[in-house]
Amino acid sequence: MMHEVIVIGAGSIGTPVAMSLAERGVKVLVLDSGMSSGQGNNKCAIGGIRATHSDPAKVALSLHSLKTFSTWKQTHGDDIGWFMGGYTFVSYSEEISRSLKSIIPAQQKAGLNISWRSAEEIAEKVPGINRRGLLGGTFSPEDGSASPMESSYAFYRQAVRKGADFHFGETVKSVKSGDVFTVVTEKASYSAEKVINCAGSYAREVGAMVGVDLPVYPDMHEAGITEPVLRFFNPMVVDISRSEGSANYYFYQYSTGQVVFCITPDPPLQGKGREETSVFLPQVAARMVKLYPRLANLKVRRTWRGCYPQTPDGTPIIGQVGPEGFYAAVGMCGQGFMLGPGVGEVVARLVTGESTEEDTMVLNSMRLDRTFAGTEALK
Amino acid sequence: MATEARITRHPVLPPLSDNWVKFTFNGREMIGRKGEMVSSAVFAGGEHVFGHHHKDGGPQGLFCANGQCSQCTLIIDGIPLKSCIIPLEEGMVVQSVEGLPSLGDIDPPEVKAPERLETDVLIIGAGPSGISAAMELGRSGYRVVLVDDKDRLGGKLVLQTHKFFGSEQDCRAGVRGTEIASIIAGELKEFQSVDVWLESVVLAVFSDGTLGVRRPDGYKIVKPRQLLVAAGAREKSLPFPGCTLPGVYGAGAFQTLVNRDQIRCSERVFVLGGGNVGLIGAYHAIQAGMTVVGLAEGMDRCGGYKVHADKIARLGVPIYTRHTVLAAHGRESIESVTISAVDENFKPIPGTEKNFKVDTLLVAVGLSSVNEFHAKAVEFGIPSMLTGDSEEIAEASAAMFSGKICGRKIANSLRGETVEIPADWLEKAEVLKSPGGAVSEYRESKQHEGVFPVIHCLQEIPCNPCMTICPKGLIITSGHPVKGLPQYSGGCIGCRKCVAICPGLAITLVDYRKKSEFPTVTVPWELGDWVVEKGQTVTVTEWEGETIGTGTVISLKAAPGFPSTMLLDLEVHRSIANRVAGVRVQKSEVTAPEKTVPELPVADSAIVCRCERVTAGEIRQLLREGVRDMNELKARSRAGFGACGGKTCEILIPRIIRSEGIDPDEITDFTKRPLFAETRLGIFCGREEDE
Repeated sequence: MMHEVIVIGAGSIGTPVAMSLAERGVKVLVLDSGMSSGQGNNKCAIGGIRATHSDPAKVALSLHSLKTFSTWKQTHGDDIGWFMGGYTFVSYSEEISRSLKSIIPAQQKAGLNISWRSAEEIAEKVPGINRRGLLGGTFSPEDGSASPMESSYAFYRQAVRKGADFHFGETVKSVKSGDVFTVVTEKASYSAEKVINCAGSYAREVGAMVGVDLPVYPDMHEAGITEPVLRFFNPMVVDISRSEGSANYYFYQYSTGQVVFCITPDPPLQGKGREETSVFLPQVAARMVKLYPRLANLKVRRTWRGCYPQTPDGTPIIGQVGPEGFYAAVGMCGQGFMLGPGVGEVVARLVTGESTEEDTMVLNSMRLDRTFAGTEALK
Repeated sequence: MATEARITRHPVLPPLSDNWVKFTFNGREMIGRKGEMVSSAVFAGGEHVFGHHHKDGGPQGLFCANGQCSQCTLIIDGIPLKSCIIPLEEGMVVQSVEGLPSLGDIDPPEVKAPERLETDVLIIGAGPSGISAAMELGRSGYRVVLVDDKDRLGGKLVLQTHKFFGSEQDCRAGVRGTEIASIIAGELKEFQSVDVWLESVVLAVFSDGTLGVRRPDGYKIVKPRQLLVAAGAREKSLPFPGCTLPGVYGAGAFQTLVNRDQIRCSERVFVLGGGNVGLIGAYHAIQAGMTVVGLAEGMDRCGGYKVHADKIARLGVPIYTRHTVLAAHGRESIESVTISAVDENFKPIPGTEKNFKVDTLLVAVGLSSVNEFHAKAVEFGIPSMLTGDSEEIAEASAAMFSGKICGRKIANSLRGETVEIPADWLEKAEVLKSPGGAVSEYRESKQHEGVFPVIHCLQEIPCNPCMTICPKGLIITSGHPVKGLPQYSGGCIGCRKCVAICPGLAITLVDYRKKSEFPTVTVPWELGDWVVEKGQTVTVTEWEGETIGTGTVISLKAAPGFPSTMLLDLEVHRSIANRVAGVRVQKSEVTAPEKTVPELPVADSAIVCRCERVTAGEIRQLLREGVRDMNELKARSRAGFGACGGKTCEILIPRIIRSEGIDPDEITDFTKRPLFAETRLGIFCGREEDE
């Protein structure tokens, strides 16, 4: 069966890419080993959506995404749990305050509504936060959150409505280039003019099928969700300070009242494992309870583990790679969910030859043939 | 100082402590026993509604009483907690949960890392199988951590006021579950290497080979060489409109309220399900002084032992076979229940509806094994075994045996050698698991002189204490020594021990020696000495509950050597004496249906996920849209996202899938994640449970 485009992976990126392509009338087929949309790392995302990045390209993608998430219900009717609670990066050290403050001008220039707030203002936004040593923090009121799972199914349904085909339960075994691409799974063989690698943790393996080395190395993160309670704070709270065994951690209260949380192991744990460990809860609880004591009373309901497909510099790889007609939208570094709709639009325009000036800026900073020497300040 | 909704006298259970404390519920002062579960104290205070759900305002109440389902959540001293596992303390401020609770603002604990420790064997569940395994391992000197979420050893044995089946020698047949619990708990103390952790909950099995356990003194991470899951079973449920109303609960919850905490939680009970659990639940209700207005069973006959069914039929409980429950009615709690006959496809037959006024509906439609810890352990390569109900649903007598065998197997595997497990152990474990067999034809005894037992036990079940107790060896089982039907072969001396020990209350003694016209019939009696009195005329029934006449009470005396068992001597006319099997205590007026049946709600309005209040109709709609991945079904309906972690709905949703004619092979199961029980974040970093 011939398609114009085959998308490999129905996750945080693949599903919105397929949606954007289908909305442009492109005949697209999505292949995924899972049994429904978002069964890889998408469902492991905690749901934060921010444009608060240090890299202007990411800010641009995120602003697109934010628009999609925030207007989805009005436009399409599905409730994807969007809640505009803002983001606050809090600081308990001069060093972190300096670092956070230093990037504000660039963020503002990129169009972000963000500013530095005093300790009092932060304590007002996060009632009961530990005031001892609190120096203040950034606050970006237009950031928010949504349900990764419900969003993924909503994007999937929209893609299907617009004519996209999804084949679940099929793992791509090989991709051959030629006049057309031949994509083989354990069940069938498919042809298409173009192929887009949106394989998340498996981006590198899929790249290798056409001889492209994509430097995407997943590392493993655990997350959890609590019981729902009445809303007691609005923003995503991010603490980027380090502690033994962990770098940053963050948490927010979801639209229906649950608190969702996650921590970044330090040093990173490389791998694709999805199994829970005994390290996570004591580690994250100690830090969250210290920062926000009243969380101690909140019951944890579920925990899980997912992967951040990392690149060496913390910036995604998006664009044409390897043979003509082969594209990658990979290495989202744990931000696939929030970047997804923005990436979907940029990739769809790239594939259909409609890239805008801003797209060119984004694609330029996310191209494969860069040095990967920089580091994103707010990974 | 007991309040009204407490059982003040019980034929079997000893009175509980008199240590009363005051607390408040929604501002109203109440009194409860110190240390009893908060849920029970609130019930005793007459409140069955624990709150209203944030989604649709539906009333919430106790459902499992077993720390599993979270339906009993109450705000206790400012924090929403499962009230069925929180011991009552003086001065507690308890509130119902109206909508989403607000988060208490309580001082933080001092942050500290949890203790990590190692052991040879971690056993989850200190019921009959877990304790038996622990003793077997303790005998070999292995370090065992035996974890149980309750405050006492014995698991469900502590709820079992009835005598056990099986054989005396192998599993203490004829002894009550409550007594067995204290006997084996006492025996366990002798094993120094067994560390018992009560009020402790296993929260997760981790990929690093450890298990997270919430203990009253904090969170512990245990690394065992071997895991043994002896966590028992949880009750299945059935979705019908009104199934979430307070007052509709599992038979286990009922037994917990009535037999453990001695709460008079009901006046009029209907039972759904004729397995042993439902039959015994009905019996326990009558023992506690309640009325059982009926029992419905979907099949042609009750699936439980016939002696259990006959026992309650004789007391005057109508058994409606080939019937099901259509709906429970009520606004804040159940007020009546509608049942109807079903056809061969189990579809209700219109026009056969009956409605009964009740305040309680016991749902006893089977058990499902608690084996998720094992599944996770296997996934993570931790050596793990299942025993008791976690392995296969069966009687506690079988569980004790399978636990023993498991303990021996683990001891062998840890030692790295093979010590043979006696072949008869394995055989006995199998025998004790046997369900009831075929029923033989009733044959009336033609003897009208002397003294002799009449055995009203005509179904093969694994039970033979009548045979082993007879001092003259006059009762022998035909065929299999344990399962075979008992038969009396003549020569009775009238000692009445067989009457007293029979767990099925299925043996009477007829004595023609004094009065051949009005012989004395001795029947076993477990309803207390306040229900009948000397000289009273009582209605007597034959074995299956049919009324056959009357008798006069001559005496009611304790049976020496058989705790809480009484023997009731009746004077009965010789024409019926050999057929008398019991005394009817419930009059037919009290069990009669109402004259009218209320309007029935749409069947699809039944709630399938009680945590998130998702209906059968919502699930059906998604299936019809083509959803086949349970992960998608869960994400879109929210069924299974609630506090219980999908423990109830994961059993109910497959029924809807089947009813839609969907091939189960098309279905992808949802991914299970810890925690097995919700736990406060502070516990993981040093807070103690009772802080």
